[in-house]
Amino acid sequence: FLSYLLFGHGINVDLQTDATLQVDISDALSERDKVKFTVHTKSTLPNFKQNEFSVVRQHEEFIWLHDSFVENEEYAGYIIPPAPPRPDFDASREKLQKLGEGEGSMTKEEFTKMKQELEAEYLAIFKKTVAMHEVFLCRVAAHPVLRKDLNFHVFLEYNQDLSVRGKNKREKMEDFFKNVVKSADGVLVAGVKDVDDFFEHEKTFLLEYHNRVKDASAKSDRMIRSHKSAADDINRIASTLYTLGTQDSTDVCKYWTKLFPLFSKLSKIEARVAADEDLKLADLLKYYLRESQAAKDLLYRRGRALVDYENANKALDKARAKNKDVLQAETSQQVCCQKFEKISESAKQELIDFKTRRVAAFRKNLVELAELELKHAKGNLQLLQSCLGVLKGDT
Amino acid sequence: MAAEMEPPPLGNAGETDFRELEDGEDLFVSTVTTLEYPEPSSPEPASLPAEDISINSNGPKQKDVSFDDDPEDLFAEATEEVSLDSPEREPILSDGPSPAITPVTPTTMLTPRMDLGAADMFERSLDEIEEDNNGDTFDIHIAVSDPEKVGDGMNAYMGYKVTTKTSMTIFNKNETTVRRRFSDFLGLHSKLASKYLHIGYIVPPAPEKSIVGMTKVKVGKEDLSSAEFVEKRRSALERYLMRTVKHPVLLKDPDVIMFLESSELPRAVSTQALSGAGILRMVNKAADAVNKMTIKMNESDAWFEEKHQQFENLDLQLRKLHASVESLVCHRKELSVNTASFAKSAAMLGNSEDHTALSRALSQLAEVEEKIDRLHQDQAYADFYLFSELLGDYVRLITAVKSVFDQRMKTWSKWQDTQLLLQKKRESEAKLQFANKPDKLQQAKDEIKEVRSTLEGKVEQGEKDFELISKTIRKEVSRFEKERVKDFKAVIIKYLESLVQTQQQLIKYWEAFLPEAKAIA
Repeated sequence: FLSYLLFGHGINVDLQTDATLQVDISDALSERDKVKFTVHTKSTLPNFKQNEFSVVRQHEEFIWLHDSFVENEEYAGYIIPPAPPRPDFDASREKLQKLGEGEGSMTKEEFTKMKQELEAEYLAIFKKTVAMHEVFLCRVAAHPVLRKDLNFHVFLEYNQDLSVRGKNKREKMEDFFKNVVKSADGVLVAGVKDVDDFFEHEKTFLLEYHNRVKDASAKSDRMIRSHKSAADDINRIASTLYTLGTQDSTDVCKYWTKLFPLFSKLSKIEARVAADEDLKLADLLKYYLRESQAAKDLLYRRGRALVDYENANKALDKARAKNKDVLQAETSQQVCCQKFEKISESAKQELIDFKTRRVAAFRKNLVELAELELKHAKGNLQLLQSCLGVLKGDT
Repeated sequence: MAAEMEPPPLGNAGETDFRELEDGEDLFVSTVTTLEYPEPSSPEPASLPAEDISINSNGPKQKDVSFDDDPEDLFAEATEEVSLDSPEREPILSDGPSPAITPVTPTTMLTPRMDLGAADMFERSLDEIEEDNNGDTFDIHIAVSDPEKVGDGMNAYMGYKVTTKTSMTIFNKNETTVRRRFSDFLGLHSKLASKYLHIGYIVPPAPEKSIVGMTKVKVGKEDLSSAEFVEKRRSALERYLMRTVKHPVLLKDPDVIMFLESSELPRAVSTQALSGAGILRMVNKAADAVNKMTIKMNESDAWFEEKHQQFENLDLQLRKLHASVESLVCHRKELSVNTASFAKSAAMLGNSEDHTALSRALSQLAEVEEKIDRLHQDQAYADFYLFSELLGDYVRLITAVKSVFDQRMKTWSKWQDTQLLLQKKRESEAKLQFANKPDKLQQAKDEIKEVRSTLEGKVEQGEKDFELISKTIRKEVSRFEKERVKDFKAVIIKYLESLVQTQQQLIKYWEAFLPEAKAIA
């Protein structure tokens, strides 16, 4: 389907799409309140029954997969690719509904025009959600360890419904409390000074970075929203100019008729600028907000393991001093040590990879953002200058 | 006042004409004492024979043309018919010296029916009149500047400097500077409206009052919004004056000239909303609205029907356009604020980014966005002062145009009413003929006859008034539409140029940023 979207999105540039496992979303269907994604896999791996196959998945199943990674102790030392956000067509649907209700109060042209715009908006949101889900799968497929996960394979291959119902109220409450505990714990864990410089630096860095990305993401959203509103105003101005052109019989009429196509095109360009900023800037920031959170989670898990390790050490010392349950304490300490070292080792690499990915993604998107802004500004300029030429030449 | 008198159009010159005519018509010395319609037996000076008229040195084309031009010149003398029973009785209430107004009855001037084809001739001759205004070409520039707060607290007001630069001879000096306050402008408009609206001239409306805006200024709030308010008002006052003087008739009005030249101007108290005059105005407005609904005019002239409809449509669309542009201004200001906020945020992000090249690029992005935010702000300013204010002015102007159409309706209505009255009197006269009261009969018959002939005169007058206002409106509308084209074209071009500049700047900024982004390694 829109695998170009993956690269169009440029969120993750480094993903090796090697022949052993290629995943993409080849199709998607929007049905009332759910979206059905067709997940298409091509693989030479022996674990799969066929080399190429497709299944239909819904958002909840993606979430299930993600959560299964998070809960898996084996993956504690990896940055778990952030889950895709829930498809949210509510706003768009509401607007379409309002348009339908207000159909009587506007002219046929206005109605068709607005309908087209809203449909385009709907389509844009739709494409975005598909891309987000696809990126998640590709990240998993590209990860040397996660790609081997059994649940992942089931997700890709099992052509029945996974019967992963959404969480019920109680489970949601449990989640909520878990998160509260975790964040409290996270504060405690974060407070523990790390001996390792690398991790100490990463901890400080990620904490600050995450907060600032969050702020930048929110501000960029607001900026883009204003931009869209301005584009809408220009569109409305264009419509009124059109009406004036048809009504006015005086000499001013010719100005209206010349200005209408200008403003109409200008509004389209402004809307595109806003859309491109959304894609290249806002989405980029949103994605790295989620990834930096996932990286923070990794650091938390390592920190937790470190604390456990240190506690186990203390317990061992105590046991040795009292000469009681020493063997138990020794085993426990061993386990903690292993766990901690395993996490530390993979975490280091993960964080280095994270930085590489991040830098590459920002570079690609900032370059593309600048190029698109230039393209649109030049387009605007040309339109304006040609219209001015006509107007001025007219005496 | 006016030093020089140009070769008079009617054989008598500008100001002096007033007085001459005035003396001749000893019934009408000042507005206040006038009580009724001018008598049909109008004094001679007013009824100058048509043949005498040679308006322009260029010479009129045909007799008809000169005919049409006469009322134009007569009105150049700023005449007004005054009658207590006409609702627009503001002259009584405006303080300050109202110039002596001479009702002139253009009795023999008008032909009863105007050809539609004559409209074209109007336009041509109007051009000539405009160009050949007493020999002056239209050359006047007015600037409103230096707003200064005078006084303190709630009695404080904003004083503006009004500078007039002109080579026209109706003015005393080539350059005059006076200080005026907002109520002075309102007073001027009020006087002009009372003199000219009801005979069909489109008097440009004055800027609107703003209690909120002014209070902030009075109270001394030295913030951005009150500075913006003052600038908005200053600009609006300037446009108002320029529009007023662009009108060839209003330009020569003594009130206008006094406003621009006289160093002291009596305070126009009646412009206050809660003054006696203000309240009367509101009452009159309400009465007008009611009347408008009850007058059902038989429109015999398709031109008026069409134009009226056109203006209604235009009004609607311009208001819509104005609203959209105001919304655009608002969103652009918002965009500017949000861009600035994002710029700061991006700078912070750049600071915390530990990859050096990316960090630098993000800082650059922040700088670009900061420059862009200022660009948006400037653009919003242009959106507003060029586009939005123009539209606002025209929405108000169209209201003035519509009110002129309403005045015509009122004039028609008055004429019809008089006609009905005449009809009744004729009937009673006829009845008397067959009545059986011989002794009182002759007296009654004489009385009725007198009343009837008076009414006949009034009916004739009413018809002529109606003809006149119709003619004037046609001219005014054509002038208005020409002005509109010029106005819009000029502003649109300026506005588009501002948009061009914005885009050029954007290109500059992004072109500077691109290599920085590419340099991220």
